[in-house]
Amino acid sequence: MEKALFLGNEAVARGAWEAGVRVCSSYPGTPSTEITETVSKYPEINSEWATNEKVAMEVAYGAALGGVRAMTCMKHVGLNVAADPFFTAAYTGVNAGLVAVVADDPFMFSSQNEQDSRLYARSAHVPVLEPSDAQECKDFMKLAFDLSEEYDTPVLLRLTTRIAHARSLVALEERAERAVRPYEKNMQKYVMMPGPARRRHLYVEQRERKLAENCNKMEINRAEYRNLAVGVVCAGICYQYVREAAPEVSTFKVGMSYPLPIAAIAEFAKKVEKLIVVEELEPFMENQLRAHGVACTGKEATGLQGELSVKKVREILTGEKANLPELPAMPGRPPALCPGCPHRVTYQQLKKHNLTVFGDIGCYTLGALPPLSSVDTSLCMGASVGMAFGMEKARGKEFSRHAVAVIGDSTFMHSGITPLIDACYNGGTITVLILDNRITGMTGHQENPASGFDIHGNPAPMVDLEAICRACGAASVRTVDPFDVKAFDAALEEEIAREAVSVLIVKRPCVLLKGERK
Amino acid sequence: MKKDIIIVGVGGQGILLASRVLGKLAMDAGLDIKVSEVHGMSQRGGDVITHVRIGEKVISPLVTEGEADAIVSFELMEAARALPFLKGQGGRIVVNSQKIEPVTVKIGTAQYPEGLEELLRAHGDVLELDARAAAMACEAPKSVNIVLLGAYAAGEEFAQEAWLKAVEACVPPKTVEANRRAFLAGWALGEKK
Repeated sequence: MEKALFLGNEAVARGAWEAGVRVCSSYPGTPSTEITETVSKYPEINSEWATNEKVAMEVAYGAALGGVRAMTCMKHVGLNVAADPFFTAAYTGVNAGLVAVVADDPFMFSSQNEQDSRLYARSAHVPVLEPSDAQECKDFMKLAFDLSEEYDTPVLLRLTTRIAHARSLVALEERAERAVRPYEKNMQKYVMMPGPARRRHLYVEQRERKLAENCNKMEINRAEYRNLAVGVVCAGICYQYVREAAPEVSTFKVGMSYPLPIAAIAEFAKKVEKLIVVEELEPFMENQLRAHGVACTGKEATGLQGELSVKKVREILTGEKANLPELPAMPGRPPALCPGCPHRVTYQQLKKHNLTVFGDIGCYTLGALPPLSSVDTSLCMGASVGMAFGMEKARGKEFSRHAVAVIGDSTFMHSGITPLIDACYNGGTITVLILDNRITGMTGHQENPASGFDIHGNPAPMVDLEAICRACGAASVRTVDPFDVKAFDAALEEEIAREAVSVLIVKRPCVLLKGERK
Repeated sequence: MKKDIIIVGVGGQGILLASRVLGKLAMDAGLDIKVSEVHGMSQRGGDVITHVRIGEKVISPLVTEGEADAIVSFELMEAARALPFLKGQGGRIVVNSQKIEPVTVKIGTAQYPEGLEELLRAHGDVLELDARAAAMACEAPKSVNIVLLGAYAAGEEFAQEAWLKAVEACVPPKTVEANRRAFLAGWALGEKK
C-alpha cells in the first residue's frame, strides 16, 4: 500500500476525503489551519473559509442535515465561538455524519490560553476521539464519521499541537463515495424549542449511555499488558511519550476519551498494581475514573500547565532524571513583526501619540512587545472594539480621546462588526483602526471575505469595509495608507478627537503577500 | 539504525525544507520516520526547532533531551540553545556561522553572547561553516539550507546519490540544478573536516 509522510493535519484531511466528505467549512487557527488548506485541494470536497467558527459549524451542520458528510475545523478557542451551535447540534443529531476537528495547544505555542476542548464535549454530551499519530488521524477521522451516523451525533476529533504538526507515515486508501441521504422535514428532531428539545435531551442521555457501554469493546480502546507493576492510562501524544519513556509498563490506550471506557479500564486496573493517568491539561480522564471509583493518580505528577514530554514522563514513571548541561544565559528570540510590515509604521504613530491601544488577535498582537510596546490588551477575537467601549463607559468620553481599538481585516470580519454596532447603537465615541493588510496573516495567508478571493484563490465578492462600517452607524469612516505617514497622522488626530464612533481603515498589503495580490 | 536530528534556526530560514529532504531520504531507504515542525507565531522571526527521527521503528515524534545524534543549526546562538538535546558523547553539531541578532540585542536590552564556538566544541563534534558564503559561491544564494544539509550529509552513512535524489524530489523543479550545486558544495565542506 502506498505510504506518505503526512502531518497529522494532512492525515485528517486525507481521512475526510477517504470517508467521502463533501463539505468542509472552517476558520483558520494554529494549529488546525493545514487541515482545511489540504482539504481544499480535493476537488470532491466543497471547502470554504467561513467568516468565523460559529458560521463554519452551522454551514457544516446544515450540510450534514442536507445528507452529506461534513466537517468543520478550528483551534481550541474557535470552539468557544462555535459552542452555541455545537451544544444544540448534539440534541438534534445529524443526518449524514458531522465531525468537528478541534486542535488544542498545550504550552500555547500560538494561543492565548490552554483550554481543554474535551470538557466542551463532555458538557455537550458529544463523543471525543483522540488520535496519537498521523495514521490514527486518518483512521479516527473515518471512524468518527461512522460513529456520527451510527449514534446520530456530532463527533469531536481532538488534536493537540504535537499531533497536528508532527509528520509520520500514513497508508493511503481510496475514497469511498457515498450517496446523498434524503432530507426529511422533522420538526420534532430539528426545531429545538422547548417541547421537542425536552424529548431530544432524553435521547441524548440514552445515546450517551449506549455509547458509554459500547466503547468498552471498541478496538481503539485497548489494554496492552506488559510488566504489571504500573499501568498507565493515556491517549493522543501522551501514549507515544509513555511507550518511549517506559517501554516496559502496561498501557491502556484510550482512543475515545469521552465517554471513557470505564469498565474496560477498571478491568485493567485490577490487573496492575498501580494505575497512573498521563494526560496533558485538565484531569479529564482521571476525574471520570475517580468519579466511578477507579483509584488512580495523575495530575499531582503531570501538572495542569504546558506540555508533557518523554523526559517528564520518564521522570514520573521511572524516577530517572536526565543529566543535562548547564548553559550560560542567552537572550530569547521572540517572534517579531516582519521587516517592512505596515503594522510597524502604524504602531510607531500610536506610540508617538501615547495612546491606549486595545489590541486584538493576529500578527499585530506583536505590537505589544518592545521596542513598539504599543498594545495594552489582547483577549480574544474581536474584543478590542467592545473593550474600548467598555473602558469609555468606565472612564468617560475624554478617555477615548487618547485611545484606539486596533483589529485586523480578518478579525474584524470574524467578530468585530457586532461590537462596532454596539458602540454606535449605544452612543459610544470610540475610534477603531481596521489594520487592513488584505489577508489573514498570522496563520499563513488565508483569504477572507474582505480580501476579494475565496479559499482556492478565485475572485470572490469582496466586503466593502467602508460601506459596512457606515451601515453599522459609524459617524466617520475613511481609508488611509500607513506609509503616507503625514496623512495617516493627520487622520488619526482628527478621528480620535471626534466625539462619535469613527473607523480608520489603515490599508496596506502584508509585506509577504505575493506580486499580483498587491 | 537510529538517527535523532534537531534542526534549529530563525523563522523564515528554510528549515522545513531540510526536514522534508530527510523525510524523503528515510522513506526511500525503507525506514520509519517522524518529524515535528513548528508552524504559526514562531515563524515570524522567532527561534524555530524541528525534530527529525529516523529508525526501524520511531515512537515519539520528538527527540528527547540528551539523546540527539546531531544538531544542524542555521544560526550560531540557536545551536547553543539546542545543546540540551545533544547526547553526551559523540554528538555532531553542524552549524552555520551566521549570527542573527534577536530584537532585544538590536534595541540594546540584551547582548549577543560571546564564546559560543568554544561552548559548542565543549559539547560535541563541531563542523562550523559559512553556509551563506558557500551558497553564494556556487550561485545558489537561496539554498543556504541545502548547503548545510550537504555538510551534515557528508558525515553520515547514506550514499551521496540517495541524498541528491531526496533533494531533487523536494525542491521546486526549476531550482533542482542550483540545489544540486548547493548540496555538493556543502558536502565538500563536510568532507574536508
